[in-house]
Amino acid sequence: MTVPLTDFVTDLLNPDLAFLQRALIITVIASVLCGIVGAHVVLRGMAFIGDAVAHAVFPGLAVAFVLQGSLLLGGVVAGVLTAMLVAVFSQNRRLREDSVIGVFLVASFALGLVVISRAPGYAGSLQQFLFGSITGIPARDVLTAALVAVGVLGVVAILHRQLVTVSLDREMARALGLATFRLDLVLYICVTLAVVVSLQTVGNILVLALLVTPAATARLLTDRLAVMMVLSPVFGVFAAIIGIYLSWSYDLPVGATIVLVLACAFIVVWFVAPRHGIVASRWVRRGRTARESDVGPDDPIPNTH
Amino acid sequence: MSVLAINGLSVDLGGRSVLHDVTLEVGSGEFLGILGPNGAGKTTLLRAVLGLVVISSGTILLAGSPTGRDRSTIGYVPQRHEFSWDYPVSVSDAVATGRSARLGVWRRPRSADWEAVADAIDRVGLSRLATRPVGELSGGQRQRVLVARALAAEPDVLLLDEPYTGLDLPTQEELASLFGHLASEGRAVAMTTHDILGAVHGCDRLALIDRTLVASGPPSMLRNPEPWCETFKVAAGSPVLRILDGL
Repeated sequence: MTVPLTDFVTDLLNPDLAFLQRALIITVIASVLCGIVGAHVVLRGMAFIGDAVAHAVFPGLAVAFVLQGSLLLGGVVAGVLTAMLVAVFSQNRRLREDSVIGVFLVASFALGLVVISRAPGYAGSLQQFLFGSITGIPARDVLTAALVAVGVLGVVAILHRQLVTVSLDREMARALGLATFRLDLVLYICVTLAVVVSLQTVGNILVLALLVTPAATARLLTDRLAVMMVLSPVFGVFAAIIGIYLSWSYDLPVGATIVLVLACAFIVVWFVAPRHGIVASRWVRRGRTARESDVGPDDPIPNTH
Repeated sequence: MSVLAINGLSVDLGGRSVLHDVTLEVGSGEFLGILGPNGAGKTTLLRAVLGLVVISSGTILLAGSPTGRDRSTIGYVPQRHEFSWDYPVSVSDAVATGRSARLGVWRRPRSADWEAVADAIDRVGLSRLATRPVGELSGGQRQRVLVARALAAEPDVLLLDEPYTGLDLPTQEELASLFGHLASEGRAVAMTTHDILGAVHGCDRLALIDRTLVASGPPSMLRNPEPWCETFKVAAGSPVLRILDGL
């Protein structure tokens, strides 16, 4: 059953298996995009919003599927609509944002289920939407994904300083006169686009992992945002390639395999990260206690006036 | 001339009057302490000056002209818990965000911007820690980062919201002398605080606020316990008022 790495490479180059190549390319694009956008998601603690958007694109996909339209476009429209609904409804301070998200997340998913249940052959396509698939990616979708990725990364790069200022301190950002509401909306839309690009291979349920896990893993390794934004897509791409290889070799579901590779990397890093990892902090703590006991009572006391 | 002039300011939040008819000025080189109990409207007063809450009546003048959209001459130091200290940025990157509004979306920071940032960090005495991640700083150092971030925009007015909360006495004293120094360089500095003792000894002028201005003036002019009793709702014999004996 096992396909050695060389055979995997041969299969990738085999024109009869072009779908494999397309799946790999689109997943790599998705990983880069999700890795960078995901850094903002993780640092702002908006993983739940990512989850909501992932579910919210579902009715759009369902409508596009029923009407035989572009899945990407359908997903984007639905995701952006939901993101705007959440942003508007959470202006009402009586309800916390997560409650509003909870309402719309499930409602839009339910709407998607109702829509797709009207389509013939619905069980098979439903599974493909929810859990992703390595087959059936049209060539034009690869191009669209690349263009979307370039666009989103461009926007995130241009607005980087503004986004960081708002994430650091919303109150201060508003006092500085930054358009915090509009910046939130732009970020939600970027998350939506990243999710939609990733959906086809990873699937609706698992896409959150692509957005959160690589960025969270990168955060464990660095205290610098720039480094984090490089490491995060690198982890994503690494997991995408390994995941597709394993999925192809052992006939495993592709989305789930990628997610498990990501999770393994996260767990390993959580233990061995140089400064924040559990092993390192144990070691540092022991080292520090040892050093402190070396210090005598005549250690200088800091001057306090 | 006063740098910041608040005239007849009233603010309603959610149909409730939070501030009523407050008239207050802060001059260049002055360090004003704003004192009052919880819910007195101290933070709301600062937020009104910043344009973060809608005012229902009154005017706010900055250097003689009405505040419009551009409030870049005001440096704001919000309470420490507003800031995400677990965010992976260095001290100097955090301070640099204070210039975001000046830079806008398209302009890249020039050497003048980096100089202003380095200068601000130097003013608060954190140059040695400029590359340190903000998450590794102590409470007092974090407060200094927020002050430096406000200074990075080179403001004429500095608004400090309860900068002493949760800090020990030596740290408070260091900050107080820093704020006094920043004022003496020609800025107008206004600070809300619960620390009556610190304000009485550190500030040039005090404003006692309880939904409206109860009294204001230099500490030496506020020996009379009555406005203090009215503001803080304490009895005439309250031990807190012994602070006034030292004035």
